[in-house]
Amino acid sequence: MLRRIPSPAAIRQSPRRLPDIVGQSLASARELSSLGAFVSLLDARAHQQAQSVVSRIESGEQLPLGGYIVAVKDNIAIKDAPLTCGSKILDFHQSTFSATVIERLEEAGAVIIGKTNLDEFAMGSSTENSALGIALNPFDPDRVPGGSSGGSAVAVAAGICHASLGSETGGSVRQPAAFCGICGLKPTYGRVSRYGLVAFGSSLDQVSPFAKTCAEVYDVIRVISGSDQRDATSSAAPVPDSACLEPFSGKLRIGLVKDFLEHEALEPDVRIAMNDTISALKKAGHELVEVELPNAKYSIPVYYIVATAEASSNLARFDGVRYGYRHRDVTDLASVYDLTREAGFGKEVRRRIMMGTYVLSAGYYDAYYTTALKVRRIIADELVNALKYVDVLLTPTTPSTAFKIGEKIDDPVSMYLSDIFTVPANLAGVPALSVPWSLDSKGLPIGIQLMAPHFTEEKLLSIGAAIELLRPEGK
Amino acid sequence: MSGYELVVGLEIHAQLVTKTKAFCRCANRYGAEPNTLVCPVCLGTPGALPVFNREVVAQATRLAIALGADIHLHSRFDRKNYFYPDLPKGYQISQFDHPFSTGGHLSFIVNGSTKSINITRAHLEEDAGKSMHLADGSTIVDLNRCGVPLIEIVSEPEFRAAEEAGAYLSAMRELLRFIGVCDGNMDEGSLRCDANVSVRKIGEPEFRERCEMKNLNSIRSVERAIAAETKRQIAIYEQGGVIHRQTLQWNEQEERLIPMRVKEGSDDYRYFPEPDLPELRITQAFVDDIRASMPMLPEQLREKYSTTYKLNREAVYYLAIDIRISGYTDTLIETGSTAQSAAKWVMGPVTRSLNERGWSFDEFSRRVPAATLSGLIQKTDRGDITLGQANAVFKALIVKPEKSPDEIVAELGIEVMRDEVKLGAIISEIVSEHPEELAKFREGKTKMVGFFMGLVMQATKGQADAQLAKNVLMELLEAKE
Repeated sequence: MLRRIPSPAAIRQSPRRLPDIVGQSLASARELSSLGAFVSLLDARAHQQAQSVVSRIESGEQLPLGGYIVAVKDNIAIKDAPLTCGSKILDFHQSTFSATVIERLEEAGAVIIGKTNLDEFAMGSSTENSALGIALNPFDPDRVPGGSSGGSAVAVAAGICHASLGSETGGSVRQPAAFCGICGLKPTYGRVSRYGLVAFGSSLDQVSPFAKTCAEVYDVIRVISGSDQRDATSSAAPVPDSACLEPFSGKLRIGLVKDFLEHEALEPDVRIAMNDTISALKKAGHELVEVELPNAKYSIPVYYIVATAEASSNLARFDGVRYGYRHRDVTDLASVYDLTREAGFGKEVRRRIMMGTYVLSAGYYDAYYTTALKVRRIIADELVNALKYVDVLLTPTTPSTAFKIGEKIDDPVSMYLSDIFTVPANLAGVPALSVPWSLDSKGLPIGIQLMAPHFTEEKLLSIGAAIELLRPEGK
Repeated sequence: MSGYELVVGLEIHAQLVTKTKAFCRCANRYGAEPNTLVCPVCLGTPGALPVFNREVVAQATRLAIALGADIHLHSRFDRKNYFYPDLPKGYQISQFDHPFSTGGHLSFIVNGSTKSINITRAHLEEDAGKSMHLADGSTIVDLNRCGVPLIEIVSEPEFRAAEEAGAYLSAMRELLRFIGVCDGNMDEGSLRCDANVSVRKIGEPEFRERCEMKNLNSIRSVERAIAAETKRQIAIYEQGGVIHRQTLQWNEQEERLIPMRVKEGSDDYRYFPEPDLPELRITQAFVDDIRASMPMLPEQLREKYSTTYKLNREAVYYLAIDIRISGYTDTLIETGSTAQSAAKWVMGPVTRSLNERGWSFDEFSRRVPAATLSGLIQKTDRGDITLGQANAVFKALIVKPEKSPDEIVAELGIEVMRDEVKLGAIISEIVSEHPEELAKFREGKTKMVGFFMGLVMQATKGQADAQLAKNVLMELLEAKE
């Protein structure tokens, strides 16, 4: 797809062009508003930051993200900017502080142009569950961009900005990356601070970047990684420090997850693309081995117990008492809660709060929540163990390419199954990357997924960059 | 109460003394303007996350050591979920099935004998905000208290009398204050107590249904509420009724229990592990360091004061009630005063001066360091000055802290009358002027010695060497027999 703005490297060559290019970027966001990618544009903040970046570059500062124009999913806090999470319940809410990732992006020279659309509270796989309108797939406006970080994927795919931040809980970046033909990386749990990311499933959530190439994803992840005193779950593991990403040049041992490649839900075109990928890798001299993950099939039920349990608690704070929306007809305390939460949350969010409340309730707790934690541990151990014998595991990112708007919205289980290949990495906390490979017969992008051991983002991306070089012509 | 036995367990909530709150950097302090000690973390603003405060863990460790509890080097935080306006996140961070410590006990004196109560567990949690219900039916909320660190100390149901519960709470408050873990101010809510009360027939092996008393904000309330609840339950059983589990609120003004509104949908708090905080891990070395830095505990101090120093019971309890008092007394003794004199001075002139001037003990000890007072005590004990003179010097000393006792002695022109002849003349005149008292002495009333000594001191304006005067007096009283 076309870029509507020059590359970051080109901008760094003549930094004084940055303010104009930021203007161009904001203009194209407005021009393409029908895509529904953005829920707010931050013109003043973007222009101010552009000026500051110009003077910092001119004074000789080396800015790792100098020239980068980025967009941010609207469940990540930016001080004094709206924070809606795609929900009516956060009507008119402005953040009083910035997320750690925002501070790190801006310190590194990135210009943030706006907040992007998402499934309400990151719950969904199509960006159809947004109180602020749906987002469209730039390859086919009748189709979804994927979700929940659909707006961030569209903003990059449509060439409005260079990179964007989404968030992952069960595939919310890799799946839209695959649907929109761009790269998306879910980092290791703890790799990136969650401070300022509105929590959905706290033990699974990670801020996750999108960009068109693995090299650009690397630039972003390198900046936002690292421990944070404000997030007790952030890791002190060393952060990737190469100045730029080099495609992996050695020979790899790549694991193929047999159950996934033979999965009944896999569309024929996706199967063909996977076979292509495998042939190309073999031809390039890499070793491919079959790997079994016999318990990965339980990932979806486990995920929907753990994530909804945590969500039911995380979303309790949206009660109409201190901020956001409060129903106009409240009369007493019970009605503040009942009416506000009934009208403030969308259907999918209410469904998940109810599921999560149910699985934590006395009498059901052990059967659901306790069991799910045990199975999560088994799935995680299995995956981590498999990764000891290979460099990466290769799977399709999604069983199908982008589906039609409305196709699955009334069939939650079928919607949930679009995450079957992505959820295991979240349960295990390992990093996973989606790289675009080819287009299907309808001209829709197909993504392949690579999973790697904990805290090996740099190697994972360098393998992704090597695979980018093997892609069929014409992509 | 005939034939019935009381069964009570207490849950004590103690706010920990720390600079900042449990999971954020807001100040942990009482009495600020409402909603001024708040931040995104304790307000539950979307996107904010909790982080540990190391000092909270240190305070919990101090308490666990003082109670002789088993400290769990690995413990875990959980979320306790419920909706209330003073709970901004919709859940309270607490510890459910992996508490900070289990076991331990607390001994105390009740009705003249020692009782020891076993402790079930002590766990860490955060306090909620404070709701205030106004006369017009509306409620306003102060969130300053949100996130203030609490330790909840749960006792075994071993209390068999209301006074025992009161004495235990009082001893716990004393201990918490002594080790500096909690300021113990029940008026300000930094120490709060709930009681689980049931009754049963004496000899019955099983416990019967219990009711929970909340809002017991003084030691008196604890005792009164338990007594009232005991009476209520026995009356119900005596009429053939059944006790249903319920929560009652103690109304301090009206001295009665009011059933609290039954919570909707019962108490299912849906506890689950707090995903925002990793397991709390401390090392044995951390515990050992804290143990080494801890003062002698009141129980140990009392043992030392009674066994080693042979002080009387009143002195033993008085000196061991506050770490500042015991510390000051110990320094007096270490710098050369006898234990008896040190105790007498601390309980007498020192305490009087605190009461008269409204000073805190810290302020007093800044003015009169223990080493200075110790000098004065030893001077007195050696007989360099009389007790009366020493009191005068002390009174001058507390208002002129820059002077030494010697300088004040010189300033006041104090000297001791040691002229035996002169003393003899004064004393024999006094004795001869009081034949009735002399007769009483001779009938065996040795107390009369004090009467005569008082007159001697009066006559000599307190300057007589007390020991010498007494010797002379005794000679005169006994010789003329």
